[in-house]
Order: sequence, then structure tokens, then C-alpha cells
Amino acid sequence: MKTLTQRNKKMALLCAISFLNLSIFALAGEMKEADGTGSKQNRIEIKDFAFNPQTITVRAGEKVTWINRDEEPHTVVSVEKQFKKSTALDTDQEFTITAGAPGTYTYFCSVHPKMTGTIVVEK
Amino acid sequence: MSDYISHDHEHDGIDRRGFLHCMAWAGTGLLWTISGGVLASKTLAQIAKAGAPLPATDLSFLQISDSHIGFNKEANKDVTATFKIALDRINAMPTPPSFLIHTGDITQLSKPEEFDTFDEVLKSCRTKDVFYVPGEHDVLNDGGKLYRERYLKSVEGKGSGWYSFNKNGVHFIALVNVLDLQAGGLGQLGDEQLEWLEADVKGLGTSTPIVVFAHIPLWAVYPQWGWGTSDSERALGYLKGFGSVTVLNGHIHQVLQKVEGNVTFHTAMSTAFPQPAPGTAASPGPMKVPAEKLRSMLGLTSVQYKQGKTTLAVVDSNLS
Repeated sequence: MKTLTQRNKKMALLCAISFLNLSIFALAGEMKEADGTGSKQNRIEIKDFAFNPQTITVRAGEKVTWINRDEEPHTVVSVEKQFKKSTALDTDQEFTITAGAPGTYTYFCSVHPKMTGTIVVEK
Repeated sequence: MSDYISHDHEHDGIDRRGFLHCMAWAGTGLLWTISGGVLASKTLAQIAKAGAPLPATDLSFLQISDSHIGFNKEANKDVTATFKIALDRINAMPTPPSFLIHTGDITQLSKPEEFDTFDEVLKSCRTKDVFYVPGEHDVLNDGGKLYRERYLKSVEGKGSGWYSFNKNGVHFIALVNVLDLQAGGLGQLGDEQLEWLEADVKGLGTSTPIVVFAHIPLWAVYPQWGWGTSDSERALGYLKGFGSVTVLNGHIHQVLQKVEGNVTFHTAMSTAFPQPAPGTAASPGPMKVPAEKLRSMLGLTSVQYKQGKTTLAVVDSNLS
């Protein structure tokens, strides 16, 4: 009986770890064409070397889209490498990811590292 | 600084000292003579006009910067054309430079076709030797792989592409400060490069003139806009004992300079588009200027060294 309980605990822990990993990977980004189908409410505009809004709160599973309105290329790179980085976005180019596990994700522009932003993902 | 202009070749009575002093900060054509850490100035155009060739020197080289091939917006929709004009100016110099240095941002978006265009246009330059450092625009998506394959053929690049070489008794150091940048930070050299630098200059005599070049300024021009390098102090620490250190940078598309002890810092104009003076705009993005004014805000930089002197002459000249 005691052995079974321990095994169950171990299984539960393993499941939890697997789930956590899956959730993190679910935030993996993908490049999207600027076709306007992205979620309207979760848009981050890159303008004057800044992410606007600088902090955005979204729900897990929602899409987050950046659009570069500067004449300078910018990138979107997760500080902790928690989601796939964008390529350099030229003027009016977009980049979209799908928000995964709840948590706080910081990112920056690897070309102009002074530019930083935060995504808060809620359940 | 104006104390070092000793001749009025044209006898035109113009108060050249004051005039040039103003022009320095407007980013127009200038000759900077570095003498004991003090700068003097004279325009390249005036020297050419007077028919007098530049004084004989043991070494002269030219800095071009921020050509941004591929950029096609206001205020310059044809950056290839202005780059060509810069090369025409080099070809027309009475004393051709021994070599060129390009202080980065060859391209706008690191695209192979942009590098191709640059290489093709550069063929028209009669000076064939070119030494490069990358700008952040040259290493956008591949960590600089394509840049290194193309532009480090004639040198032994270390790490992400830094190197040094000697010419006529001057020691040149090419540094890379646009890779592996950290969130919230500035340009960065990194430990590996700094350790290399320390070893690189260790065996040199302190009278060896040093020229350091890198894309992002190695001094805190305006950190709010990212115009600085987080670990440049450490790099300069290794150069403290040398009598003459000249630091040449690009990135900010305007002439700015500072003298600190034995070190002269100097930034060059772009051949593509100007950027605003520190803090004078909402962002450091391309500055929109009237078409007729554009070429006066683009340019190149000539540097001359005469053996036996600790001084290097640095000349900025615009494309108008």
C-alpha cells in the first residue's frame, strides 16, 4: 500500500513535469504573413524604438502579434528563450506567437536591447 | 582647438577658426589634427581648392560607415547612389588612401542581395584594401555568419570576427560590439574579446600609435538611445599606457568627438541618411531632411599618420 502511494506520487510528479514542459513549448512562436487574421486585441506596436504597450496581459491560447511601424528593423526575442525569436522585422512586418502557460514573459529587441517588453499570460 | 590652424592659404580674411569650430558640430567637412590631445581643423574642400595636396604622410586611410544598402525610405530613397558618390570622392582625392575601413551597417537588413550590391559598387573604388567591422544591421538573422564569410577573407578573424593588424608602425584593432546583446543593455564586447584585446596589446611599445575601430561608439554618447558600449571602459583600460589612441566608430550617423587624456573618440557620418543629435527626437530613427540638404549630412572620414609624431589627422568631409 505504502509502495503504491509512493509510485503514485512519482507518477503525479512526472506528469506535472511533462505538462509544464508542454506548456512552455506551446508558447513557441511562428512567423505569420500580415493577413490581418491575428487577434486584434493582442497587438503590440513597435514605434519610436519602443514596444506599445510595453506590458500586455493575455489569456493562454490567445495570439499575440507585433507590428513594426519604425523605419528601422526590430526583433522580438524572449529573454529566457521561452519562445521562438522573430527574424528581423522590416517596416510594417508582423510576428505572431500563441501564448502558452500562464506566467510572465520578458522579451527584448536583440538589435536595440534597450527596447524591452513583458507578456503576462493568465489562465 | 582652433589654436592649431596656423595658415590662411586663401587670404580671404574669413575667420576660419570660428567658422570651422561651428562646422565641426554641424557635421560638415573638416580636417581634425590631433596634436597632444588637442584638435585643430581645416576643411578638405579648402585644401583641395587651394591646389595644395595634403601634406606628405607615412600613412593615410579612409573611414566609410553606415552605407545601409537596401534602405529605401525618406530621407534617402537611393542609398546606393550616395554610396557611389562617396567612392567618387575617394577616387578624386589628390593623395589616395592606402586602404579603407568600413565601420559597419554595410546593409540595411543583412540580405545577400544587399551585400552583393555593396560589393559590386565598391569595385569602382580605386583603393582596393578594405577592413571591416560589422554593424547590427549586418548580423540580423544569422549571428554574422554571412558577414564573416564575405568580409574577413584578408584577416585572421577571432571569435565573432575581431582582429588586429599593423600598418606603417600603427597598430589597428577591429572590434565587434554588436553581437549577443543583452536585454536592457548597450553594445557589448564580451569577456572573450576583452581577454584577446589585453593579450593583443601586451607586447606593444607604449609609443605605438593605436587605432581602434568598432561600429557602436566605445564611449557613452547617449546611453538612453543605446549609443554606447557597456564594457568599453575595460577595453580602454588596456590601452591606458599608450601615448596615442584614436577610436573610430559609426552607428550614430553624425560627427561627434571627445578627447579624454591620450584617447580621441570620433564618430563618422553615414553615406546613407543622417540621425538626430542625441536626445533631440523621439527616437534615434532616420532623420528626414530636405533633399537639398541631405548630402551635406552624409560623408566620410580621412585619417593620416606621420611617423615620428604621436598625432593623427582626422578629416570629415561631406558629400555636398
